[in-house]
Amino acid sequence: MSASPSISTRLLDGQRTALARLISWAENGDARFPSALLEIKQRLGRAARTGITGPPGAGKSTLTNELARHLRTTEKTVGILAVDPSSPITGGALLGDRIRMEDRTTDPGCFIRSMASRGSHGGIARATVDALDVMDAFGFDELIVETVGVGQAEYDVVGAADTVVVVLCPGAGDGVQAMKSGLLEVADVLVVNKSDMPGADRLAKDLAESVHIRTAPAMGKSAVPAWVPPVVSCSAAKDEGIDDVLAAIAQHRAFLIDDLAGHRAIKRANQVRHVVTEHLDEAIWGTAGWTDWVADEVRGGSTAYEAAAAVLAHLVPALPMAGAHGAKEPSV
Amino acid sequence: MTDRRIRVLVAKPGLDGHDRGAKTVASVLRDHGMEVIYTGLHKTPDMIAEIALQEDVDVVGLSILSGAHMALFPRVREELVKRDMGHVLLVGGGIIPEDDRTNLEQDGFAKLFGPGTNTDSIAEYIQAEMKTRWAAEGVDA
Repeated sequence: MSASPSISTRLLDGQRTALARLISWAENGDARFPSALLEIKQRLGRAARTGITGPPGAGKSTLTNELARHLRTTEKTVGILAVDPSSPITGGALLGDRIRMEDRTTDPGCFIRSMASRGSHGGIARATVDALDVMDAFGFDELIVETVGVGQAEYDVVGAADTVVVVLCPGAGDGVQAMKSGLLEVADVLVVNKSDMPGADRLAKDLAESVHIRTAPAMGKSAVPAWVPPVVSCSAAKDEGIDDVLAAIAQHRAFLIDDLAGHRAIKRANQVRHVVTEHLDEAIWGTAGWTDWVADEVRGGSTAYEAAAAVLAHLVPALPMAGAHGAKEPSV
Repeated sequence: MTDRRIRVLVAKPGLDGHDRGAKTVASVLRDHGMEVIYTGLHKTPDMIAEIALQEDVDVVGLSILSGAHMALFPRVREELVKRDMGHVLLVGGGIIPEDDRTNLEQDGFAKLFGPGTNTDSIAEYIQAEMKTRWAAEGVDA
């Protein structure tokens, strides 16, 4: 119809407006996004993906900005995705991470995108992986995704990043807090930010001990060497220790390198699962779905389990894969 | 599963240290379900346009109390057009005399909001305007 080049062509051509718009398509669930992704998929997989997560106020944005600044001094180009929470009531969001990254704004080797979580509860947005893919295809060397401030149970960033950096700071709970929150389990690198503040050394020691408690029992039992997350102290606001953080990330990347493809494939499979689940959820509970029927059942005295069993009995035989159990897995 | 939200950049151009108004408007727009990016203080027209591009916003709202609006507002518009972002809905507010408002509204600004504006009316204006635009686009390209 139109002779103007497609958005994917313009993206591969290095046009930043095309990059920005394709991220919007991913966020909006635009029907054109999957085919656009198909057109750029040859260019995927080149960028290193680092996730920055941690509780609110730990210094994630400031650290992200400093990491980007140091990476820029080595001529690497950097794409940053900063996720902030959407209001559960109105769906609106105030996205303020880039205020702490303003010196990167007009740097042509940097691109910063703010993203609202839009109802996802895992610390990133549904479209985060898609947006990283688009940035990857655009050609950035390094991608950094900063999660919303997490509490004790939001770890979806694991599925989006090759290396997960957990940022903590003194004064917000001890090492046991960190152990029970599960942040230690997902961390590839542990950063104690605000290292100039009282309690920072103690926190770093506690964390190192917690890491040792977690990893020591497995030592020597497996032929595959285990990764032991290093604990690195820094002060992002004072630009101290940033190179140590980058070195730790690089070490983890080197550790992965033998099986980076395998590592990423597992994460990709998880993304597929999310997408399938989301489509099924929409198909089952969307406008033409089962909600009213189930509401009637429950009003009529069914327990939730009875109603669920009735729905499943109807749906499961209809699922194409259900009959293929034990058959060959679908080729991807 | 289409979930399109109005994305707004609230920006403070130039040497103007007061952002209570900008923050108020930003939080009102958020409460009306929009995704709002706030730039922080002291931004150049160049930076504002670059942020608008990276964030692919639908709306740019400028807040100014310094009196430099006739110098800065048109430059923000120029920088946006330079980046192929001339399509954004451009609005502004602050201490802006009536004559200047009229001039800016004839020069690419959709609407200027003066002191005493009901904040909800700003949100409603943007929502109505975007509804019309999205309907006209049919498919967003």
